[in-house]
Amino acid sequence: MSLDPVFLSRLQWAWVIGWHILLPAFTVGLASYIAVLEGLFFFTGNNIWFRISRFWTRIFSVAFAMGVVTGIIMPFQFGTNWSRFSDAAANVISPMLAYEDLMAFFLEATFLGVLLFGRGLVPRWAHFLAACMVAAGTLMSSFWILSANSWMQTPSGFVELDGRFFPENWMAIVFNPSFPYRLAHNVTAFYLTTGFVVLGVGAYLVQCDHAREEGRRIVLMALSLLAIFVPLQFLLGDLHGLNTREYQPAKLAAMEGRWDTASPAPLTLFAIPNQKEAHNDYNVDVPYLGSLILTHSLTGAVRGLKDWPADERPPVWPVFFAFRIMVGIAFIMLGVVMLGWFLRLRGGLFETRWFLRLCQWTAPAGFFAVLAGWTVTEVGRQPWTVYGMLRTADSVSPSLRGADVMGSLLLYMVVYLILYPVGVAVMAVMVRNGPARDEMPPPIAGQQSRPPIATVTESK
Amino acid sequence: MMGGGLLDLVPIWTAIIAIGVFLYVLLDGFDLGVGMLYGLAPKDDRATIMNSIAPVWDGNETWLILGGVALLAVFPLAFAIIIPAVYFPILLMLLALVFRGVAFEFRFRQPWLSRFWSRGFCVGSGLAAFAQGAVLGSIIQGFTVQNRVFAGTSWDWLTPFSVTTGVALMLGYGLLGAGWLVIKTEGALQAWARRMGRVCLIGVVVAILAVSVWTPLADTAVARRWLAMPNIIYLAPIPLLTAVLAYAAWRSLDGWGGDSALFFAAMGLFLLSYLGIAISLWPMIVPYHYTLWQAASSAGTQAFLLVGTLVLLPIILMYTGWSYWVFRGKMRGDIGYH
Repeated sequence: MSLDPVFLSRLQWAWVIGWHILLPAFTVGLASYIAVLEGLFFFTGNNIWFRISRFWTRIFSVAFAMGVVTGIIMPFQFGTNWSRFSDAAANVISPMLAYEDLMAFFLEATFLGVLLFGRGLVPRWAHFLAACMVAAGTLMSSFWILSANSWMQTPSGFVELDGRFFPENWMAIVFNPSFPYRLAHNVTAFYLTTGFVVLGVGAYLVQCDHAREEGRRIVLMALSLLAIFVPLQFLLGDLHGLNTREYQPAKLAAMEGRWDTASPAPLTLFAIPNQKEAHNDYNVDVPYLGSLILTHSLTGAVRGLKDWPADERPPVWPVFFAFRIMVGIAFIMLGVVMLGWFLRLRGGLFETRWFLRLCQWTAPAGFFAVLAGWTVTEVGRQPWTVYGMLRTADSVSPSLRGADVMGSLLLYMVVYLILYPVGVAVMAVMVRNGPARDEMPPPIAGQQSRPPIATVTESK
Repeated sequence: MMGGGLLDLVPIWTAIIAIGVFLYVLLDGFDLGVGMLYGLAPKDDRATIMNSIAPVWDGNETWLILGGVALLAVFPLAFAIIIPAVYFPILLMLLALVFRGVAFEFRFRQPWLSRFWSRGFCVGSGLAAFAQGAVLGSIIQGFTVQNRVFAGTSWDWLTPFSVTTGVALMLGYGLLGAGWLVIKTEGALQAWARRMGRVCLIGVVVAILAVSVWTPLADTAVARRWLAMPNIIYLAPIPLLTAVLAYAAWRSLDGWGGDSALFFAAMGLFLLSYLGIAISLWPMIVPYHYTLWQAASSAGTQAFLLVGTLVLLPIILMYTGWSYWVFRGKMRGDIGYH
């Protein structure tokens, strides 16, 4: 059996990034939510906000710690497995990674310590500020890492010399063509992911005697946020699609399962793509709709994959189906939010058991949508690491043998399969326990009125 | 490289990265050291020990990311050669840090698994320290390089020398951790931390001596740098100061100099060892193949990153200092975790 280091390295990358992205998908939104809750508590002094905030902060601390340790792994992958890519692209993309660390990670890590352990050690305003800093850190992190990722998708502002890329215009590099769309689409996806988890947990708490009031507030806040962000995501997704059509038409063709250029193009609802023979084995088409959605006109042309040589086409199967899963989940989300508002306006939202159950069931929906969307964009970029410029096969570390990567991949698998179930179990226990009933300790006027350990104990 | 601009930024970046890596070694060094000592500590004191680093460990590890990505940004060729060459030590370090990092969150919340995560915290800290030491040892030894890429195998790093440096760094981090615990604790636990500090200090002195003899014997260029006239006179303060600090650390274990003396003496020993290695390798970043200048990124890349770094680093140092100040003072063992 021969083990291919390129394929195994791709599998390893998919494994570590796939698990990792679930955590920012949750914590980026949760950090903003906690900052809002801390703000509500700071300005109103109502203890219910304190209880809700502390409930979510504990859950956040678990998810965030998991995000940190799985995140540290990521930049080192560039070196261990993708050293040729690092050598070729570092001059352009590495400042974005460094700025992510300098602007985001330090801010998050340091102020998280204060957020978790400092409630009794710093004045209330400083605690609220710490929550805002953590939230700002997560958003800045998204900004820089998505800029780097977008540059790999739609590279611009550089020159190539001897197979390596050098910066020419930093504005064009950072704000490359797909970046604004990807950033908006991604951060909104993260907010939706958090929103549905919060909605599901709130719906669960409404049904528990000990946390009914907290649960109601959580559900109403989540439904309000989702009423804005779910429709917004449809708009952003459409804009991102138009951008992909312009800059990565082969990816779009794979998403659509389109082999032959057509105008007008139908919309393929379902198909079984056959990469080898370059056609779909089975098709369910709606005429004109493809052109209408992708070009916003009835007769616009949509390019097909046969416009590119076979070795420049992305694998169609995963892109095609992942795209449909993502869009399908979006429609489910829209349905849940519309139902929720219907019940809310009609009255009886909190008495409608089946709807509360439905919210619980759809709580993880965002995670699946994020993974599906990530698959679309990353597999759709293949066979390139830097789109059109550097092939994935030419990016891998030359010293690696198949057995080396197999060994590391197996270890990553074992560790993540221990880490995630335990992490989920820990958070599930916290949800089941619900918000603690105790009140906020008296405000701290100065600094450090008590030894730290007393506060550490309380905040857990 | 892309012909330099008006100003050569490589020395500035070398200084920034050197300081960043050193801060990482000190900061994560003491909390990895605390993690190792945790496994040896009396059961009743373990919660106190872990609490003493709970608010700061995450910030400390952020310096590791900075070291990695700054190396990628400023010396990409070094990153692209060194990191694949130490594939397995890096893997070991990353997985060890996973177990160690989540133990803070998992240990108290999963009583039925708490033994597993306690052990993970201790073993993870130890393995991460060992792996970092092994990486250091591999860099000092040098790598096989052809056409800008690492051309050896993924197991070249494993030699008696890299194992020695791995163990040495474990002892060094243990010493820093003991110094931290002496600052943060009182009474019996503090006395225990001093005893652990003594064991680590003996080990550290032996390790410093071993590496100081081994490196010049293995490499005549290093021997010449340190022992030829007039370098031997200019460089003499480094071994002399090391001896003075080792003696000060030893005395502090008997209570001399107050509770912070051991920690500061240990930091001094790290600084001198670090300088010693830097002097031996200068100006190479991939020893025997590429100098700092040969491995550097384009002037435009360095300049773009430098502008922000010069603004952001002082701010980071300020709020990091503030958070250490918020969490200052002794831990109290009588009010434990539940």
